[in-house]
Amino acid sequence: MGEEVLRLEGVRKSYNIGQPSETEVLHGIDLRLERGQFLALTGPSGSGKSTLLNIIGLLDRPTSGRLFIKGQDTGMLGDAAITRLRGHTIGFVFQDHHLISAFTAQENVMMPMLVDRGFPGADIAARAGDLMERVGLARVAGNLAANMSGGQQQRVAIARALAMNPDLVLADEPTGNLDTKSANSVFELMRQVNRDSGTSFLMVTHNLDLARRCDRIVDVVDGRIAGE
Amino acid sequence: MNRWLPFEWIAAVRFLREGRAQTLFIISGIAIGVGVIVFMSALLTGLQANFLKRVLTSQAQIQLLPPDQVARPLRNGPGEFESATIQRPSQRTISIDQWPKIRDRMLAIPEITAVSPTMSGSALAVRGDASRAISISGIEPASYFRIVRVPDYIVAGEARLTSDDIIVGTELAKDLGASLGDKLRVQAASGTAVVLKITGVIDLGNKAANERSSYVALRTAQSLLGTIGGVTTIDLTVRDIYAAETVARRIQASNAVQADSWIRTNAQFFTAINAQQTSNNLIRVFVALSVAFGIAAVLVVSVIQRSKDIGILRAMGGSRGQVLRIFLIQGGLLGFVGALLGSAVGVGGLVYWHSTVKQADGSEMFPLVFERSLFVITAVLATITGLLAAMFPALRAARLDPVEAIRG
Repeated sequence: MGEEVLRLEGVRKSYNIGQPSETEVLHGIDLRLERGQFLALTGPSGSGKSTLLNIIGLLDRPTSGRLFIKGQDTGMLGDAAITRLRGHTIGFVFQDHHLISAFTAQENVMMPMLVDRGFPGADIAARAGDLMERVGLARVAGNLAANMSGGQQQRVAIARALAMNPDLVLADEPTGNLDTKSANSVFELMRQVNRDSGTSFLMVTHNLDLARRCDRIVDVVDGRIAGE
Repeated sequence: MNRWLPFEWIAAVRFLREGRAQTLFIISGIAIGVGVIVFMSALLTGLQANFLKRVLTSQAQIQLLPPDQVARPLRNGPGEFESATIQRPSQRTISIDQWPKIRDRMLAIPEITAVSPTMSGSALAVRGDASRAISISGIEPASYFRIVRVPDYIVAGEARLTSDDIIVGTELAKDLGASLGDKLRVQAASGTAVVLKITGVIDLGNKAANERSSYVALRTAQSLLGTIGGVTTIDLTVRDIYAAETVARRIQASNAVQADSWIRTNAQFFTAINAQQTSNNLIRVFVALSVAFGIAAVLVVSVIQRSKDIGILRAMGGSRGQVLRIFLIQGGLLGFVGALLGSAVGVGGLVYWHSTVKQADGSEMFPLVFERSLFVITAVLATITGLLAAMFPALRAARLDPVEAIRG
């Protein structure tokens, strides 16, 4: 067995707890992800994929069950420690890139390092420059995100997700808003990073063609893992 | 990106720069508010300075007078009075007892800058068929002009006073049909009279004062009013005009004189200043409140507009504290920049108004007084107002749930 990056044990999530409208959307999820694995999370809309991704990304907490990131039980951590752990170990790529429009593409890539360190430095700019080159956008690094194509924006988002050299990248339908050619290109970029640096990827997707090109496919239906 | 600027400052400035129109409108609003405060404060300071200058250059800051003459009840024996009612005696013109000694003592007090003995009283000025009741001030020009700047009020002739000269107010000269070089017969109540030549005509800026005021040499007044060698007042100026009352109380406690400071004799002036200050402060508070609400409204909207950015920053490891600081800095910056522009607007407005609004004689309505402290205090207060106004939206931003924020 490889090095464990992520482990979920009996994770449940309910909303409106204690009220008549209480709803459980995740019913005891068990999942394990090893370093270097590229996992596709598939399932119909409303099956709980995004909720699961938010919990794995430490943006939300499970109602019960345990979540381990690199062997650390996150249920024991306070808000500040969770924020720190999230910043250092997890990168995010969203369907709607979510680049900050007030900054250039390269500055967006610098952002996680800037948030972590507090001050911009030459090394931060250099690393962002390297990442922009890696995603093939060095030429347009100084452009504002708004002036870039959807594919380019998503590549910048991938570069940003890699800025802190995370152990795990969570991608929520990263190709959902792209045409087939751009979607392929963005997926290949992620796959390349996964292979080159050993970063684990967990990608939510409706695109079965892309899912089949991943190491593993986990199907979530009605808040349960229906199969792998 | 500036290498020395913290991340929160960079983000705050970028967010403000991106929402250009919004930022411009709110800074304009703050600038107008601050401009009103600067304009009003500087105007009030100028008017007060002008009023103070007029008051303090036309009268002594402390006047020493002989003590009030009081009647004592006649007693027949212990506890037995001759009369049940005691009438206040009429106040005769009397000299200050041993005034040269008191004058010398005053000259030795470090807070006092000028001392001048004066002989004052009433007389009748006669020229042909016309006669007017006047107030005579017998002065020693060299020392008196350091206290009351009579030469500054001269509109005709000069401030020269030999024993045969008199300086009169403009209205008095007009009423008597007299002009420079004409002679006046000045007669005291005792019947003593002298003939004096008008060497100067003064305008004290007050019609009633111009109708009655006249200056003669001290010796002329002493012989006219029948108090040879005596003086009725000793006029003083002090280093710190606002300490005049304290100095006056000290003098009165250690000398056989009554000491009146300009603060006591102009109590109504101080009441007027206080009323002005109160209304000015009220206006400042309401302007500051409207500025604060403006900043808060803009930042609340900004938090809503930027909720996705806030969510992303939080997802990338940004702390609640960092998000809080980004919005607080925006509030502080808006207040500070608005204060700088507002100060320029206020100064510009006042300079323009000063150049267009004049007194009837064409002289300036008030002096332009711009104290550095006004601008420093305004900038500091506007920045603090901005920070306080940003507190609510900043807290709201910091408390945003990243999942909800990203979802928008």
